[in-house]
Amino acid sequence: MSLEEYKGVYVFAQQVDNEVSSIALELIGKGKDLAKDLDTTVTAVLVGSGIKGLADELGEYGADKVIVIDDPELKDYRTEPYTHALTSVIKEFKPDVFLIGATAIGRDLGPRVCARVHTGLTADCTQLDIGDFPLVPTPGKETKHKQLLMTRPAFGGNTIATIACPEFRPQMATVRPGVMQKLPREAGRKAEIIEFNPGFTPNDKYVEIMEIVKAVSNVADIMDAKILVSGGRGVGSPENFKILEDLAEAIGGTVSCSRAVVDAGWKPKDMQVGQTGKTVRPHVYFAIGISGAIQHVAGMEESDIIIAINKDESAPIFEVADYGVVGDLNKIVPALTQKIKEAKAAAK
Amino acid sequence: MKVVVCIKQVPDTKGGVKFKPDGTLDRAAMLTIMNPDDKAGLEAALRLKDQYGAEVTVVTMGLPKAEEVLREAMAMGADKGVLVTDRVLGGADTWATSQTIAGAIRNLEYDLIITGRQAIDGDTAQVGPQISEHLGIPVISYAQEIKIDGDHVIVKRQYDDRYHMLRAKMPCLITALSELNEPRYMTPGGIFDAYKSEITVWGRDNLKDVLDSNLGLKGSPTQIAKASDKVRKGAGEKVSLDPAGSVNYIVEKLTEKHVL
Repeated sequence: MSLEEYKGVYVFAQQVDNEVSSIALELIGKGKDLAKDLDTTVTAVLVGSGIKGLADELGEYGADKVIVIDDPELKDYRTEPYTHALTSVIKEFKPDVFLIGATAIGRDLGPRVCARVHTGLTADCTQLDIGDFPLVPTPGKETKHKQLLMTRPAFGGNTIATIACPEFRPQMATVRPGVMQKLPREAGRKAEIIEFNPGFTPNDKYVEIMEIVKAVSNVADIMDAKILVSGGRGVGSPENFKILEDLAEAIGGTVSCSRAVVDAGWKPKDMQVGQTGKTVRPHVYFAIGISGAIQHVAGMEESDIIIAINKDESAPIFEVADYGVVGDLNKIVPALTQKIKEAKAAAK
Repeated sequence: MKVVVCIKQVPDTKGGVKFKPDGTLDRAAMLTIMNPDDKAGLEAALRLKDQYGAEVTVVTMGLPKAEEVLREAMAMGADKGVLVTDRVLGGADTWATSQTIAGAIRNLEYDLIITGRQAIDGDTAQVGPQISEHLGIPVISYAQEIKIDGDHVIVKRQYDDRYHMLRAKMPCLITALSELNEPRYMTPGGIFDAYKSEITVWGRDNLKDVLDSNLGLKGSPTQIAKASDKVRKGAGEKVSLDPAGSVNYIVEKLTEKHVL
């Protein structure tokens, strides 16, 4: 394999129900940064059925090219036809970098694609850079320039590793949703559209979708949420969780809770954060009326931004919070919800 | 029916993460456990054994010490254990790991392979799907329910805001979420039997249809440029303001961080 043949930054433009997922736009945004350093372009790969109309949106968010693979077999996500779609793009177009969102779809698709094309894949990256590998000149080892350096947390977020893929192409990463910034939408900006269909012939690897049920189960919900509005015993009653639900709705987040709340029977165990519940790493974690026992902290301290609201100024939660607010949650939370609604309305 | 379950021995981060005085992880002070998602996968397999009389074989790759998790699995009810261990397999990334495990599984008969979704040390969720690709069989990840329907398997598969009921022809690989079930305990008789029974130990030479160039550190496409234990961040700011001031403060921070 001649590595020089591989050019361009490609991103998987995930869509669900023919709506572009936010992660697709975030990857285009980050892809533009990388493409600048590599002196190349960003190509979005749009896969689905009846999705050609979405290509313009990808262009307006910064994609230079959009490869559209439109086929009835691609209507709902299934591992095999989507893997075939992406591996065919890789074989035909030879990308240097290929980014996929670390979503429930992307984390299924990415490993299957990289296994088929024989390259490396770095999971759930939170930072991507272009630079030398090794990072510093090392005797006996050739320094390769302009490599994709992929940084990710491991070990429940207790270690941070930077990984490269110097000998294989494309350099592939899944990227955690909500970490990269999308670009502002530029109305009328056009991408070059390339229609491509490698042909889809069902075989035993094509699983059958018998039924799709939306938004009923929330088993993985709080672990995938970008914003968590988490309540503790300080919320006072199950009824009072309404003010947290309102805040979550206004900010586009999900409600979770502490163990005390589950033990009191206010909320199901599915929603519990902490050592005996779930470990979460959202972009923003609101700890509202949560004292911050060590068992709780172990489950959320790797959140990017922690905002604590508690009336007890000596609550241990303030030791891990980036922004601590001492005060009455019953007064602050509803007012905050109102203010966020106003801010969002003004931005539209 | 034959079921192969892939399990991994991992440091126990849940039972108490230990830190050194400088705030970095103290690995030596931590115990090892069977990876939680893998344990759920094993429990799912044992239920197929209870229901359909399936034969359950557990496979692990690791240091000789990883035999411990095989014994635990057998004490829970698994029939056979295979330990894949060899110096040349060390330092493997997910590509080389999946090549190794696929090479071991090619020696076994199977209708179903179950792996955990992800291990709590690496957190990649890649090895299961990669094994399935190397073996040329379908994969269903994030399984919440598993049912057998003749020569097909029906799986409830979790996505962000929905689930799919999927039907796949066996052989098939399934990755299990720890929410799938409540794993059973080892039984005293099981423990006794587990420590008497033979564990099959395989090295490089026992792996079928795998190139040396796909194994171990040398066969790993990804290479670590830098790794460090994360230094835990300390307390941030703390303010005491009136409610309106508190709200303004939070909105200001959210705006600064591009959340709003």
